[in-house]
Amino acid sequence: MTATTSLSALGTGAQSKGKTGSLAWLVLPALALFLLFAIAPLAGVLLLSFANWDGIGSISFAGAANWLRTFADPMMYHALGLTFIIMAVSWLIQTPISLLLGVFSAGSQKYRALLAVLYFLPLLLSSAAIAIAYKSLLDPNFGLAAGLHLPILAQDWLGQPQLALGVVIFVVSWQFIPFHTLIYQGGVRQIPRQLYEAAEIDGAGRFKQFVYITVPQLKYTIITSSTLMVVGALTYFDMIFVLTNGGPGNATRNLALDMYLTGFKANQMGQASVTAVILVALGLGLALLLQRLGGKDKNGSQLEGL
Amino acid sequence: MERKLASRRSFLSLAVVAPLAAWGLSACGTAGPGGGSGGAVAASIWSLTGAPGEVIRKNSIDVFNKANPDNQIKLTLFQNDAFKTKIKTAIGAGEAPTMIYGWGGGGLKTYAKANQVIDLTSWLAENPKVKDRLFPSSFGAATIDGKIYALPNETVAPIIFFYNKEVFAKANVQPPKTWDDLLTLAKTFNGMGIAPISLGGQSRWTSMMWLEYMFDRIGGPQVFNDIFAGKANAWSNPAAIEALTKIQELISANGFIKGFSSITADSNADQALLYTGKAAMMLHGAWTYGSMKNDGGDFVKKGNLGWFNFPTIGSGTGDPKNSIGNPGQYMSISAKATKAEQDTAKKYFATGMLTPAEVTAWIQSGAVPIVTGIDAQLAATDDKDFLGFVYNLAKDAPNFQQSWDQALSPTAAEALLNNIDQLFTKSITPQKFASNMNATLGQ
Repeated sequence: MTATTSLSALGTGAQSKGKTGSLAWLVLPALALFLLFAIAPLAGVLLLSFANWDGIGSISFAGAANWLRTFADPMMYHALGLTFIIMAVSWLIQTPISLLLGVFSAGSQKYRALLAVLYFLPLLLSSAAIAIAYKSLLDPNFGLAAGLHLPILAQDWLGQPQLALGVVIFVVSWQFIPFHTLIYQGGVRQIPRQLYEAAEIDGAGRFKQFVYITVPQLKYTIITSSTLMVVGALTYFDMIFVLTNGGPGNATRNLALDMYLTGFKANQMGQASVTAVILVALGLGLALLLQRLGGKDKNGSQLEGL
Repeated sequence: MERKLASRRSFLSLAVVAPLAAWGLSACGTAGPGGGSGGAVAASIWSLTGAPGEVIRKNSIDVFNKANPDNQIKLTLFQNDAFKTKIKTAIGAGEAPTMIYGWGGGGLKTYAKANQVIDLTSWLAENPKVKDRLFPSSFGAATIDGKIYALPNETVAPIIFFYNKEVFAKANVQPPKTWDDLLTLAKTFNGMGIAPISLGGQSRWTSMMWLEYMFDRIGGPQVFNDIFAGKANAWSNPAAIEALTKIQELISANGFIKGFSSITADSNADQALLYTGKAAMMLHGAWTYGSMKNDGGDFVKKGNLGWFNFPTIGSGTGDPKNSIGNPGQYMSISAKATKAEQDTAKKYFATGMLTPAEVTAWIQSGAVPIVTGIDAQLAATDDKDFLGFVYNLAKDAPNFQQSWDQALSPTAAEALLNNIDQLFTKSITPQKFASNMNATLGQ
């Protein structure tokens, strides 16, 4: 028995080795595209961060001037701080809601399937469309408040710095919860039924099952979803650009928007490139960190003993 | 500041029509009478979607193409904001159209410095007929270091103080003549539960129009001229500080509608506030007359829309006849275009632009083209009161200041709009505003 297992393991090992050797060229098309559209622009941005360019005239070498100016600019720290606030708060809101919705919609009852379809509707809309819709709904004079005759809704939603930030985080969450719900739904459906059956026999209730089986079993799903949320939060741009354009008074000008406005509105491509490099470094760093949090033992199984 | 779309509905319908129009024209360019004879290469022109400019430009080019089989022009239309980014990228990549549409000032200066547009000075000197019929004041924003890099065209759009006559009658008050009148009116209207002034603050350039007038009324044109010339600490001029302080006083006195930072000008919500009587006054571009006439039911037709000159401020030295706004739109010729394309463009400049038919079309749309000697034509229209006011304002203004965000370089303009946003939300003081802006001088 033992001998056969190890033998077959050996066999597959050798086989897969042979396959990678002879089929290595298969990676070439993807690699070429990756080099052309990811690595080359990245190198270009890195070079550009050491240059002065207004997007139209000639490019001149600037040395470290852009980097020094960016790190001396209070705007950069403000934008960086905002980025992390949006990241943290939207994670805190999105994760529990999408986890619960994911568990709920994973059930096989008909009404749940119907509700799940409705929950996923925001996924069908583009960020710009969502932003325009919310902008109209939140208009203090002609928006939802006027339509429903509910004066309580007639706040200066996008005009008060704190409120505007809240609105941005709310809309981001509204937009992305369906996506993460979908991920959790898939995760929950993969949890073996036996675990729950065993727990029921042992007298565990719904709540205990959720805490001791569902959540631990979803460890890697949580990491995947969180990575997408956190790294995605670095680049929230389109929705904020349309909804508030960074205002009022920079209250929602996160790093990605700051980069765009510096580069394409203020024509300072060099300085915008510095911000871009910072964003790339932050994104890679955070993704790496989250993978580490998941534990180094990549091959560790959650299904041991089943 | 830019022309704004007349209404959302017209924008939507135009968004549908624009690609068709572009396709129709390109079909014309290849299959038309010019295609066969001599294989003339079509010069290209990019312009903006939105009524009435889109239709007028299209008709003008159709007429030109029919009259000049050997000099064809191909028109492509873009939505305003998309155009602004697209044209910069295209010029930077050496893919610019033959004729480059713009607003003159700082943007044009960037193109001229990079040798992307040709110097038209000598061509205009050889063709005095082209130059002499246009408003002399419109050439300022096309001139860089004494050389003319663009031909002014289309319409003049000063910034005008509008008011709702019905609301004023209800409050039994007169339009303000001085800044103090304005503050008193703010109190009166707030007492009646009507917002004194409508403002689309989220668009930022709307708030900028206030500062443009206030700088001028308090300190005269010299204040901004110093800024434009990049003189050290020009933003800290006492007149500038006074204007910045006064605008924050007006904001504190609830002069502007509550929640103005949430309102955008793109949606024309600021105009809607005025014609629905929710706000009493509004400072805005002359182009809003056309859209209020379009969207505001019979508000304009019934004569409820009034207008007046920006009030004087204390003992300010600025001439109350001075005006601000867009002195015109501008068309340059790409330096990367071939000689044949450039010649076609020049021919179009000389014979195709602001033709009598085009001038009439602009006037019918409720705008004032930048052509002299159209008094009689303006007086014959339904909108003669308003058009006459705009025409005289533009013609008689001792100083017609171009919108700051167009006059300054894109870098300084973006910093300006950003700081104005903070000034109006009172997150910075006038002094901080001045020191922030002083750092951008000469950029």
